[in-house]
Amino acid sequence: MKFEVRKDMQHDAASFAGPRRLGSNKSNSAPMLDRRIHPRRKKSDWIWYGLLAVAIVLFVQLVVENPRWQWDVVAHYLFNKRVIAGLENTVLLTVLASALGLCFGVVVAACRMSDNAILRTGGYIYVWVIRATPTLVMLLFLFFLSALVPRLYLPLPFVHANLFDIQTNTVISRFSAAVLGLALYLGGYSAEIFRGGIGAVEKGQREACKAIGMSDFQMMWHVIMPQAVRIILPPLANELITMFKNTSLVTVIGYVELLTSVQLIYSTNFETIPLLTVACIWYLFLTSIAMLGQTLLERHFGKGVRP
Amino acid sequence: MHMPYDKSATPRRGALLEMRGVTKQFGTFTALKSVNFTLEKGEVVAIIGPSGSGKSTLLRCINMLELIDAGIVTFKGAPLGSEMRGSRCIRLPKKELDRQRRHFGMVFQGFHLFPHYSVLENVLAGPRIVGKKSRADVIERGKYLLSRVGLGERMNHYPAQLSGGQKQRVAIARAMAMDPEVMLFDEPTSALDPELVKEVLDVMKELAVSGTTMVVVTHEMEFARKVATRVVLMDSGEIVDQGPPSYIFGGGGTARCKRFLSSVGA
Repeated sequence: MKFEVRKDMQHDAASFAGPRRLGSNKSNSAPMLDRRIHPRRKKSDWIWYGLLAVAIVLFVQLVVENPRWQWDVVAHYLFNKRVIAGLENTVLLTVLASALGLCFGVVVAACRMSDNAILRTGGYIYVWVIRATPTLVMLLFLFFLSALVPRLYLPLPFVHANLFDIQTNTVISRFSAAVLGLALYLGGYSAEIFRGGIGAVEKGQREACKAIGMSDFQMMWHVIMPQAVRIILPPLANELITMFKNTSLVTVIGYVELLTSVQLIYSTNFETIPLLTVACIWYLFLTSIAMLGQTLLERHFGKGVRP
Repeated sequence: MHMPYDKSATPRRGALLEMRGVTKQFGTFTALKSVNFTLEKGEVVAIIGPSGSGKSTLLRCINMLELIDAGIVTFKGAPLGSEMRGSRCIRLPKKELDRQRRHFGMVFQGFHLFPHYSVLENVLAGPRIVGKKSRADVIERGKYLLSRVGLGERMNHYPAQLSGGQKQRVAIARAMAMDPEVMLFDEPTSALDPELVKEVLDVMKELAVSGTTMVVVTHEMEFARKVATRVVLMDSGEIVDQGPPSYIFGGGGTARCKRFLSSVGA
């Protein structure tokens, strides 16, 4: 391991050693003293190097040399038409559900921080219900909504007319139930992340905004949100990446996304492990892109924090 | 809690700010007990007193960072923060409070600069966001204000790259950028290292000399003695003594005033 010494420290070390011992004066009979402090090697380091070697061997045996993994089958199905169609559905579902879910989240978070007690309670109840309901149950409930509410309509007061009146089943398809269910779920969780991030911005920032006459909206938009985003990003990225994988839950209502499509393939050819591997590789790929985006965003919003 | 408003006490002519019977409670604790306070244009008022005496609360009630529970505040004769509806005093809507706050600039103990903006952007934040002016229209004035507080060279730095004294001077420039009629300082040097206090006090002195109306909550007795035109002593949520520095520091104050001054060694 090489130990780099900062320029200013080198200067100190040199003056400490005295001018006669500087490196340029090699003809000097006195051996040049190395005044830098070196990190101490720990004996326990070797245990970790040993364990690393064992882990590498085990990994190669399990993944590379293991014929049952059938990498040729994996390669064959990686760009299979049905797999790619499933992948497209996963991405579409994730993007739409995330976008809608974040909108829900902003609204619910705003309600929870509102001065109005009714809005505050409404936001609280939303988060409570979403947290209490397993996503799977939420998806099933939405998909079978027509069994509970056959018609969706909004009557106008005082006149015998409805603002709209439609059969529930014309609105609820496999796709719309999937998007709505996942969005409702994300709405509840992201609302708490937004609220936490905004609450974590120092109180003095609000006072400084108010002192120069900003309105609540100006304060939020120009000062609080840009600082809250930095706090919000890591947990929010967590939720959004979870969304990729939560999309696999919609298999219960029969919507064909990535996992469902590989399941359909291996239910006929019984190549279970290779096909699950295909799905994992694609999930890994999607997650990598999302994490790259997270890193770039964190760097952008870290302005002024790490000068 | 209801405070009767003495209608005979009409604001004096020329008074910029007039507070009558101002009461502020935090839960069961009464921070201000029916305080009367007047501010004339061009005055530099130093508010001194032991901690917890209500100095900062009084200052924060002026620009409505704290909303008073009872009493009347007028600015140039117009009511501040509330309006009379028949015989009842009703709080003004938020939007109106935001507008009225622009009469005042405020400097905090903890600076509270916007960390995601450069020094120059901090100063321009008020005129640009609140004043809705274009960057080009306000940039020259922003640079001028920064040079006035001695930080013209640092305008592209971020707050995290500045010392406490420099941060506070940027905060002063940021408050001045809104052209406030009154500058409020809430213990502006209390969070600073001793060697940085002077640079901030020098800037404040310069503002005072150039005729800025200022209210300064401070523990700097030298500043109160030399720069203030009036010194106000607060204790337990009340103004217990006030007068020109020569009166307060010249041995003319009440017994309570003398006790406080001896406790701070002034």
